[in-house]
Amino acid sequence: MAPTEPILRLRNICKSFGRIEVLRDVTLDVHAGEIHALAGENGAGKSTLMNIIGGIHQPTSGEIVLRGAQAEIRSPLDAQDHGISLVHQEIALCPDVTVAENVMMSSIARSRAPFVNRARIRRQAAETLRLLTDIEPDTILGKLSISNQQLVEICRALNSDCDILILDEPTAALTQSEADALFAILRQLRAKGMAIIYISHRMSEIYGLCDRITILRDGRLISTDPVSAISPGEVVHRLIGRRLDAMYPAKAAVAGGDVLLSARDLSDGRKVRGVGFDLRKGEILGIAGLIGSGRTELLEMICGLRPRVAGTVSLEGGEGFAPALYARSVSRGVVYLSEDRKTNGSFQTLPIAFNISSLRLSQVATRLGLVNRRKEAAQALALGRRLNLRSAGIHQNVSELSGGNQQKVAIAKLLSVDPRIVLLDEPTRGIDVGAKAEIHALLRELATAGVGVIVVSSELSEVIGLCDRVLVLAEGRLSGMLEGEELTEGNVVRLAAGPARPTRNDEARRG
Amino acid sequence: MDRDETLTPGSGTLRGAVPRAVARLLRMREGMLLLIIAVLFVGMSFASPHFLTWGNMRAILMSFSTEGIVVVGMTILIIVGGIDLSVGAAMCLAMVVAGKLFLVGMNPWLAGLIGVGATGLAGFVMGLFVTGIGLGFFITSLAFLGLLRGLCFIVTEGTPLSLFTLPPSFKFIGQGNVYGVPVVILIFLVVAVVGDFLVRNATVFRRVIYVGSNENAANYSGINVRRVRLWTTVLCSSLAGFAGIIFMSRLGVATPTFGIGSELNIIAAAVIGGASLSGGKGSVLGAILGIGLLSLVTSSMILLNISIFWQETIRGLILLAAVSVDHLVNRHR
Ligand SMILES: Nc1ncnc2c1ncn2[C@@H]1O[C@H](COP(=O)(O)OP(=O)(O)OP(=O)(O)O)[C@@H](O)[C@H]1O
Ligand SMILES: [Mg+2]
Repeated sequence: MAPTEPILRLRNICKSFGRIEVLRDVTLDVHAGEIHALAGENGAGKSTLMNIIGGIHQPTSGEIVLRGAQAEIRSPLDAQDHGISLVHQEIALCPDVTVAENVMMSSIARSRAPFVNRARIRRQAAETLRLLTDIEPDTILGKLSISNQQLVEICRALNSDCDILILDEPTAALTQSEADALFAILRQLRAKGMAIIYISHRMSEIYGLCDRITILRDGRLISTDPVSAISPGEVVHRLIGRRLDAMYPAKAAVAGGDVLLSARDLSDGRKVRGVGFDLRKGEILGIAGLIGSGRTELLEMICGLRPRVAGTVSLEGGEGFAPALYARSVSRGVVYLSEDRKTNGSFQTLPIAFNISSLRLSQVATRLGLVNRRKEAAQALALGRRLNLRSAGIHQNVSELSGGNQQKVAIAKLLSVDPRIVLLDEPTRGIDVGAKAEIHALLRELATAGVGVIVVSSELSEVIGLCDRVLVLAEGRLSGMLEGEELTEGNVVRLAAGPARPTRNDEARRG
Repeated sequence: MDRDETLTPGSGTLRGAVPRAVARLLRMREGMLLLIIAVLFVGMSFASPHFLTWGNMRAILMSFSTEGIVVVGMTILIIVGGIDLSVGAAMCLAMVVAGKLFLVGMNPWLAGLIGVGATGLAGFVMGLFVTGIGLGFFITSLAFLGLLRGLCFIVTEGTPLSLFTLPPSFKFIGQGNVYGVPVVILIFLVVAVVGDFLVRNATVFRRVIYVGSNENAANYSGINVRRVRLWTTVLCSSLAGFAGIIFMSRLGVATPTFGIGSELNIIAAAVIGGASLSGGKGSVLGAILGIGLLSLVTSSMILLNISIFWQETIRGLILLAAVSVDHLVNRHR
């Protein structure tokens, strides 16, 4: 890095929330024209640090130097005036207005004109959107899937004219192709001299995109290095304080146990068209596909969260399974983890213990229908320990947890009912490498113990590293099923891109 | 509600524990209200010789006991994310329906039961509009406020029903005493204590909290959101009807204008007590303390010879102060 004055310099930043100390003495320099990775475990304080730069939180002590001058960033609007733009980890948009208005939010907020020029806003928004996606600018934001909302959030930041861009886990909800498009844009911006801070739990992104990497642990600065000067193993070591033997657990020894769940010709009349598959005992079945390919809809249709138009599902031993309500599905042991943990997966204003017990309250209730607080607490403690949950106690509100720990609460909630089959939509979204390995190990353990496990994931390496077989969807249709040797990134991407083309094996068989 | 937490592990020494316990109590809405009420109490005992008498205490308790029953229902409805502007009219409806039936010769107990049933039914229909059609609570209950009040006028043909012929056994509810304590107060205490206990502990009401906290997440937890909303609405209306019947027994008359404006007092009490209009949060005990505080202030003003015209203004100021303090305290946490 050229020995120029950094555009942004954080000096000895400390931050506490009440009694909880979150950042201790963090110092960070960011230069124009670099992509600076910020890595750390869940709860390390990355988002808090970025929220301080973005004017959402005020540091308890320490100073911020912007372009050589000491600065105070009092509000998000203040941050914008300083040329800072932040893509939030959790989507922070207005659900009730159009995509275009969301993208143009900052210029609308700053405009002095008395009326909103809709035509101009729509045109400008459409231009920015086109860089990344084909979302219609006139759609109401709340109608979009979480991944598309994430894209809109990114477009909003790209649109506000800034020279410091902060991205807090922007790709957590994106699939490979959208992420690649984003990386191309970020590289262009870097070439134009923008300073970019990039938070991610994915090693491949840190090494493929970033110039320097700063590592936080427990709110303290561990190190800042050029990415080229540090090995991935060392990064992981510094992140979690121990070495990881393997990123993914070993795959199932013998595939092909009894069929636990079998779906035939499932259609929801809109997104999913005639999909069928078998889930076998002992395996982890992956579902891959692009955004909008119907992965979430497929899972929701199985467990009664979305009406089926056609098709059947049967469980082990051929018993029919067509729950009209999700509650029926839960009572038969088929549970679902939503991809959107903030909106669907958690009660943000309630304590951890209340969240975990919510799926089957009767388990922690007395015969008279009263909640047994002691049982409820014991349940939360046990599951929290099993998942290595980090919190100030089971009475802490979920909104105060880091993103990854919120996800663990959502998973703990599913496990609380001892499920027969778990349908997981992006189970490791936003989860750090260490915890991710723990969750993978947990899923493998469940599968080995005979629980059916289906995992939707947008992260290619996860789909390939974790799953025994992978079903690929393209535009709501089954585009292919990959296993063994055929399970490669190239094959998944190819199948996800378009209608089923024969895999090499098929050709070989035919030829 | 979500703050009655036990000490988190490792939270310090014994010496720090007592002030911290006090600080925690004050952070809870109930604690703060208790403190304010205590201060008012002490102040008033010095300011007026008539304040600290059994007669005055009883009068204050009586003044909010019956409305207090409705406050319990309103708090629960606010926790689920709703609101009901029609409770004043519902109280009146129960009263005039029961009164009318009694006057045409029905047994007063049965008539009372039917009165409560009528408000429960009104709540059910209102709930259907909210959960079935998807209208907002505010607008729907505003419409029902007009509707039910109109019904009261229709039933009574606009004139008060005189019910002095009610049998003594029925009048006992509203006018009787047990060991010198009015039955009205006893009924209120039972409803309040049971309500507070159930909201904190019953699974049924835990679902109410889930729905109020996040409707989507409740749905993804297998909770039937519509059903929870519907029955909470019915509960609130029925409690209003129950209060109406007690008033009927107490006053011996059923007036078609009874309870106009009382919904505002009731909602204010719930909010002062810590209920959040965005749902998911609220405390029955807090709401009871809230309505107690409002009544205490009113009766103090009377004792201090402050013009009754100030009453509404001061009520507004208390509400404003309570909500502001809550907002500031939570922002800095
Ligand atoms: N408002 C708050 N009140 C109390 N504690 C908080 C609050 N916000 C965050 N924390 C705590 O601060 C710590 C750091 O949180 P932060 O969100 O910065 O983590 P993170 O590094 O971004 O993690 P993740 O990778 O999971 O997103 C966590 O332990 C969290 O519980
Ligand atoms: Mg974060």
